[in-house]
Amino acid sequence: MVEGFKKLSRFRLQFSIFLVMVAIWILFIIGSPRAFLSFPIYASFMSTIPFSAIMALALTLVIISAEIDLSFPSIMGFSGWVFTIIFTTTGNIYLAFFACLVTGIIAGFLNGVIVVKLGIPSLVATIGTMFFWRGLVMVCTGGWGKSLIPARDTVLYSTLVGRIGGRVPAQIIWTIIVAVILWLFLNRHRFGAHVYLIGDNVESARMMGVGVDIVKMIVFSVLGFCAAFAGVIASLEVSYYWPSLGEGYLLRTMSAVFLGGTSVFGGTGTIFGTFIGALIIGCLEAGIVAMGLTGFWTQLIYGVIIVISVAIHSQVRKRSPI
Amino acid sequence: MIDIHKSFGEIVALDQINFEVGYNEVVGLLGDNGAGKSTLIKILTGYHSPDKGEMYFKGKKVEDFSVAKARDLGIETVYQEKALADQQSLWRNIFMGREIKNNAGFLGIKEMKDETSKIMVELMGFTSTAVSSDSVVKTMSGGERQGVAIARALYFEAELIILDEPTMSLSLSETKKVLEFVEQIKKAGKSCIFIDHNVYHVYPVADRIVVLDRGQIAGQFLKKDISLEELVERLYLVARTGKLNKNSVNQL
Repeated sequence: MVEGFKKLSRFRLQFSIFLVMVAIWILFIIGSPRAFLSFPIYASFMSTIPFSAIMALALTLVIISAEIDLSFPSIMGFSGWVFTIIFTTTGNIYLAFFACLVTGIIAGFLNGVIVVKLGIPSLVATIGTMFFWRGLVMVCTGGWGKSLIPARDTVLYSTLVGRIGGRVPAQIIWTIIVAVILWLFLNRHRFGAHVYLIGDNVESARMMGVGVDIVKMIVFSVLGFCAAFAGVIASLEVSYYWPSLGEGYLLRTMSAVFLGGTSVFGGTGTIFGTFIGALIIGCLEAGIVAMGLTGFWTQLIYGVIIVISVAIHSQVRKRSPI
Repeated sequence: MIDIHKSFGEIVALDQINFEVGYNEVVGLLGDNGAGKSTLIKILTGYHSPDKGEMYFKGKKVEDFSVAKARDLGIETVYQEKALADQQSLWRNIFMGREIKNNAGFLGIKEMKDETSKIMVELMGFTSTAVSSDSVVKTMSGGERQGVAIARALYFEAELIILDEPTMSLSLSETKKVLEFVEQIKKAGKSCIFIDHNVYHVYPVADRIVVLDRGQIAGQFLKKDISLEELVERLYLVARTGKLNKNSVNQL
């Protein structure tokens, strides 16, 4: 009995964020039963939430390791451009997809190198790369987007953003796959153990022989990879590449991570929490509108929910008996 | 360590240091702030290399000493603030950097937890059920944390455990716990350097006490040769004059 309680209390943080989600959901159902008791709104959630959710999941690792990355939306934009330009010039969507993912990894790795090897704080370094990649997109595109309609007939398109059984957007499955893989590595692999240790006490990690530098570079690269992946999904979903791809994702994605209970100081955080956080952030806007409030309410309600949730987290953490 | 010298710019941190630790010996290293204690330790653990001097480990000369090499030899330092990751569970701390894993790098979590439970009972003497291998370190007291770090070093067969001011800012009862852990090191047949500036903490557990002052070894005493009162008196003398009186045992 006591053991059971102890086990549960370890997951208190995750449990509390889950309760917040259920509470919001119930509110939405009460406020707008017609919308929230039928499938279409969930289909639309499942198609749009993955874009930022995939990045939020990877960003969780960065923040657990006590770093930050502001450049991932720009990496998303630039990798998306690489995808688009290679696809439209060669017609080979797989080559385009591969090049795009590699671009993401390289861009993320570059962040890692700047942070680790040059010792520049990640906040500063990624402000720089944020402008750099976005600027590169602007220079390369001249601000013009490109149609991706021809991609619709490809297998990749239906694999990534098709509708399973004609209803369920495939990208939500990919999001879950990304979540499971990242969870596995974070919780069951030595790599994840080191991510936590580095974020918690980098000095002791270093002293105990943890490869601090390499782990940090990998963490940034993973986020770059996920940003590129999300960029492809987001572009394919609308069959159009916008040079502004990624803009507007920064704060939503970060809020998903913090909503999910990851500490800004590093050392703690969960994939499950971020997943729920991303769901909450993703459904708020539509929910607010469906309840009959105007879109102008969105930000205010975002603010309230974020402050309340983060306050709950800090209380839960303080009282945690173990 | 023979004839170790170390300067930082014009400041001579260590001058002509001859220092040794015997097998299964607990050496108390005493000295005021700035006496060179931490420099000596940093050389011992490979953080700094000495400007001059030779180092031997188990009778063999050690060349190109480094942090990694020190670890390989089994020299492990326990720093109060830097030893543990506070927000992680006990088992993650015990196995920090030395995780049990399979070839693909996936963790053997159950094994690590079982081992941790064993360590807690056998090396740390924990019997209460309030603390488990899943407990987060920050909920433990200062003395217990030192215990975790010492137990970790013992578990991984460290030959020489260096405790850097382990009792700093600990309460009386917590200090007592730490001293008990030091006795565990002795019992386990390992050696220990216990650095402190509080002679009352060092004296009860040390076999030999080395007094460092202004970069030099001012003297050393075998515990059996000197009473606590006499030692304290000598230390006052050192603080005032930089010298112990002529009876000090400079060679052992």
